[in-house]
Amino acid sequence: MSVTAEWIENRPRSGLFRLDLRELWTYRELAAFLALRDIKVRYKQAVLGIGWAVFQPLAGMVVFTIVFQRLADVESDGLPYPVFSFVGLTVWAYTSGAVTKATQSLVSNANLVTKVYFPRILVPLAAVMPGLLDLAVALPVLVVLYAIYDVRPGWALLTLPLWIAAAMIVAFAVGVLLSALNVRYRDVNQAITLLVQLWLFLSPVAYPTSAVPAAWQPLYAVNPMSAVIEGLRWCLLGGPPPGAWALVSAAVTILLLAAALTYFQRTERRFADVI
Amino acid sequence: MTENLAIDVDRVSKRYRLGEYHHARSVGEAAAAAVRRFGRRRVRPEEIWSLRDVSFTLEEGHALGVIGRNGAGKSTLLKILSRITEPTAGVARTRGRVAALLEVGTGFHDELTGRENLYLNGAILGMSRREMARRFDEIVSFAGVERFVDTPVKRYSSGMYLRLAFSVAAHIEPDILVVDEVLAVGDAEFQAKCVGRMHSAEREGRTVVFVSHNLDAVMRLCTEAIWLERGAVAAEGSTESVVDAYVAAATSQDQGGAPLMHTGDVTLDGVRVLDESGRPARTLRRDRSFAIEVTYTINERVPALDMSVLIFNASGMRIMDEAWSDTEGSRPDRPGTYTVRISVPPVLNVGEYRIGMWVGTRYDTLLFEPAAATLRLEGSTKGRPERAVELYLPWQLVDQHARSPAMEADSGRSP
Repeated sequence: MSVTAEWIENRPRSGLFRLDLRELWTYRELAAFLALRDIKVRYKQAVLGIGWAVFQPLAGMVVFTIVFQRLADVESDGLPYPVFSFVGLTVWAYTSGAVTKATQSLVSNANLVTKVYFPRILVPLAAVMPGLLDLAVALPVLVVLYAIYDVRPGWALLTLPLWIAAAMIVAFAVGVLLSALNVRYRDVNQAITLLVQLWLFLSPVAYPTSAVPAAWQPLYAVNPMSAVIEGLRWCLLGGPPPGAWALVSAAVTILLLAAALTYFQRTERRFADVI
Repeated sequence: MTENLAIDVDRVSKRYRLGEYHHARSVGEAAAAAVRRFGRRRVRPEEIWSLRDVSFTLEEGHALGVIGRNGAGKSTLLKILSRITEPTAGVARTRGRVAALLEVGTGFHDELTGRENLYLNGAILGMSRREMARRFDEIVSFAGVERFVDTPVKRYSSGMYLRLAFSVAAHIEPDILVVDEVLAVGDAEFQAKCVGRMHSAEREGRTVVFVSHNLDAVMRLCTEAIWLERGAVAAEGSTESVVDAYVAAATSQDQGGAPLMHTGDVTLDGVRVLDESGRPARTLRRDRSFAIEVTYTINERVPALDMSVLIFNASGMRIMDEAWSDTEGSRPDRPGTYTVRISVPPVLNVGEYRIGMWVGTRYDTLLFEPAAATLRLEGSTKGRPERAVELYLPWQLVDQHARSPAMEADSGRSP
């Protein structure tokens, strides 16, 4: 017996914000196992398996190219429209998928939440991780597309981890907020489909940011995904570098994350009672 | 704070708002609730204190049993000790790693293999990957599923599934083990294995908190106990004294007064033991039949409502478990108060007995009261006090080959 073990207290919590990073670290394996479980379960008994991660954005690319370029004649910052939309679609597939999964994560893991103690934040955190595998499988397809459409990335390719991390943080921030809300109000689960759809149209997936009128740019940048997608196109395709408005996106992301974590912390003590 | 304490619970209270329990879960329900609220203006949600000013301490290496009726606050206490939920007031302190076994197989996923589930479940219970790798073979052989470790658990029989799930639980090595009723799984042999594990956990100096309806298991595993009644500690001390007080209180209640147990749908008003002539009694003659009379109220219609009368002997063995549904005829399921009686023939041996009541449906347990009443049978044991039943079955001589003349002489014939 560890006589030296520390006392752990369970008392009514007060204070606005408390994030126990040391505790999170001790539970890191649980986050990994939860993410791993989701990956394994998703591809069990699926013939195409991880192939879906490639097939989906490619199919989207073909549809978008026909609809938006051929029919609607949408511009694409001088880049070939198929590669332009492929990058937008892959990162969008990640973000929308991760946000949806994270939103449902606490409720779908209700049996864990009501039966075992662990830092609850791990649940939405684990939910935004499996999508990274899809991203890692889909992005290398770009090498083939580079050859077909004669596109070359520049030194900006080095910033790739930054943009992936940004997409992850955005998905995590929104997911954390919505997952906690979903514990209390199941309406969130219904609204998420609509929200993701609207968000798609407000993000530069099918069109470039430059298509937005200058007067609207500051407002447009409030959507963090505008900077993330523009940044990825710059990084992967040599598109125009993200403008100063990207700083607005970054600020919004940080605020959103802080607000989401605060709300989560304030409500998590009741999760097991309410869920 | 004393040096060798492992658990220190100080005036812990927990309030639930009923409105939260039954919170509107969809837009439709929310809209309906809004319409209802509109007429009544502000309605305060009904509050329930699941725990009220509960305090106790437990020393390192001791095993504490927690007993009490359904809804007495036992599960809430476990959830607070294991930090699943937060108290409304007071502090619960624990020292060292706490593992809560509130059910077995938490987080098991049907599509994953036995191996994958073991690692996941281990992580959920606070076992590191390295620890799991080290004990993996031991856990698998404890469960007896060696041949199926790489088969998805959805292909397991329910017995295999439970054994695997319990095995992980039995192999975690926390400082404090919090256990809720999980011993009630598996076959007798496996249950014995599990009790063995809990004993060795105790011997290894682990602190154990054990909640159970099985008073017998509590008495075997725990040295001290607390009895929770309506969220407060009704008695604490040595397991024997607490269990005695609990059983005595349960018995005195069947002479009318407060209902024994209550859920939304069904109230168990009382359980009485009647002698042969229909008079309430606690001490009866062994060689006379007696009756058990149950009065209950159906508050809300429960289709196919069933109930069962159980009789346990002094060592906790289930001698009888008579379900109404085992017999022909219809059972009432509409709201109302009913009294039913079953007659027990004189087959039980002399001794102390405890009567348990179960009320439920095929799918659900609504009420389970392990000590609804007690009774004592008196008379002669005929020199064999250890047998459970005395049936006086007739002996028939069906064949005989007489051999010695002496025998013939014995039977009275002349040579």
